[in-house]
Amino acid sequence: MTDRLLEIDRLSVDYETARGDLKALRDISFDVRKGEIVGIVGESGCGKSTLISSILRLTAPNTRFRQGKVRFKGQDLLQLPERKMRDLRGADISIVFQDPMQTHNPVLSIGQQMLDIQHRSKASKADKRARAAQMLGAVGIPDPEARLDQFPHEFSGGMRQRIAIAMALMSEPDLLIADEPTTALDATLEVQIIERLQELQQEFDCAILFISHHLGVIAELCDRVVVMYAGAVVESGEVREIFHDPKHPYTRRLIDCDPGHIKERARVLPTIPGEVPDLANLPGGCIFRDRCDQATARCMSQVPPLAKLKEGHHAACWLNHKEAAE
Amino acid sequence: MLLYATRRFGLALLILIVAVTVMFLMIRAVPGDPVQIMLGPRATPELQARLTAELALDQPIWKQLLIFYGNLMQGDLGIDVFSGRSVTEIVFQQLPHTLWLILGSIAWSATLGIALGAYAAAHPNTLIDRVTAAISVSFVAAPAFVVALLSLLIFAVNLQWFPAIGAGEGFWGRLNHLVLPAFAIGLSWVGYIARLVRASMLEVMGESHIRTARAFGLHERRVVMVYALRIAILPVVTVIGVGMGFLLSSAVFAEIVFARPGLGKLVIDSITTRNYPIVMGSVLISTGLFVVSTALADLINAWLDPRARTAN
Repeated sequence: MTDRLLEIDRLSVDYETARGDLKALRDISFDVRKGEIVGIVGESGCGKSTLISSILRLTAPNTRFRQGKVRFKGQDLLQLPERKMRDLRGADISIVFQDPMQTHNPVLSIGQQMLDIQHRSKASKADKRARAAQMLGAVGIPDPEARLDQFPHEFSGGMRQRIAIAMALMSEPDLLIADEPTTALDATLEVQIIERLQELQQEFDCAILFISHHLGVIAELCDRVVVMYAGAVVESGEVREIFHDPKHPYTRRLIDCDPGHIKERARVLPTIPGEVPDLANLPGGCIFRDRCDQATARCMSQVPPLAKLKEGHHAACWLNHKEAAE
Repeated sequence: MLLYATRRFGLALLILIVAVTVMFLMIRAVPGDPVQIMLGPRATPELQARLTAELALDQPIWKQLLIFYGNLMQGDLGIDVFSGRSVTEIVFQQLPHTLWLILGSIAWSATLGIALGAYAAAHPNTLIDRVTAAISVSFVAAPAFVVALLSLLIFAVNLQWFPAIGAGEGFWGRLNHLVLPAFAIGLSWVGYIARLVRASMLEVMGESHIRTARAFGLHERRVVMVYALRIAILPVVTVIGVGMGFLLSSAVFAEIVFARPGLGKLVIDSITTRNYPIVMGSVLISTGLFVVSTALADLINAWLDPRARTAN
């Protein structure tokens, strides 16, 4: 309990739509310990974004929390009054969003925005400005003092993402959520950002929840991984375990499809055939059954539980259960 | 910013020259001999010849234009043939009445429109939003001259809350006389601006930087009033700048219905009497007003939005 910073406990979230409830997240459980980097992988639409907006409670108005808890330092965020929740945002929990080109307000200077987010601090304006400049320096923006007066459109994408990281780390949060922070950037910048994140994580000693669909980055950066598919956790565990001994067919296929893993020249890049099931109208049984080449009769009728295989490795697949092999 | 302002005003000057030239040629294309209409059927040929020479109407058209611009440089818009007074003086005497009318209408309609629109956007699809929408649309649909006549009938004739005609004396008198005409021509703008602000606001509130501001725990009021409204207001500023032109034309109605002095009334009166110098002078001033207001709107936008400053 003591070292658990964030606990997602059987969280289910629906979106109310005209077509009926969209079951965006189902029975999600995992936790993030202090100072740890946890990666979340999955295809687009697997619920990663719903998950992080649920943690910050910045969800769309048609979101319904059906069950479960989001505990942060022991208190359930879903039960917290809005005022208390706002006190946590940008203070104890910070976030770096996906698209650096859209993440800053286009009509306010970077300095103004970095001053504004220090709204809880009692420091003088000059001190806040100095702090902002210091943080810009820390993420490697040259001549930070002068650049504070510039506007977002005067920075490159990579710089804007570094500014976003500087802003997120300014309050020295306990938890940093990074929502695909490198997806919109090119590969060389990606490496820079990842290295910078690693250094800063050491320096500030914060936990990071790192969302990505780039397995290479996850393997490089994270201590543990949660693999999500169609709104559910299908496998979770230590990075080495997941990458060397994946226990869910989806994880295996995902690793096979990663460009870093393709050794031979191929005419056609490997893909996972089939489509993600309709979240408004889920079929019974395993959610991956239609795309799985090892599916059995049992997979068609019964939902596999996220079972503990060994310490720190969970997977939701009937193939790991002895009786299924028969 | 300075470079942008210089360029913007250079452009404004160019537009003004083109507009005035077109206007000058158009008024010459109106059929009928202006001298005959001005002097009436019983004027002597000598008198007609003298006026023709005075107005330089015997010169080729390009020369007339040159003379016109030459005089304009010296601030001389010519002499009114009827009163013998300088046109500049006559026009500038009427200008403040129209200016007050337009500024008054813009002030109240923009304030109310922005407030209604922002409120509706903050509570989308609620009852209040729907009511605002219904009110806005009916305001937009109401023509200025109908509103002018009805408000004259109701508030001036029946209820006698406000004076029916004239411009009033002294500050409070003027303000009192301004209420009904400003109400009449501003009403449709309330609806229009409210709709515009609501749409623009909803769009901005959906952008990711608003989510960022919220994710840093900024107070919702600051997010709406500073982070969103400052962007949402940009199209409204442009619309108001261009709207000055429309308001100038609705001011004509208001000035006739409420028998107010002003540019609109002056133009109508001088067109019916073919009083070229006054028509030209008033049109020049209105065009100038319009060009300056659009340029000002662009400058305000550039000041609010740093991206506009650097873009060509």
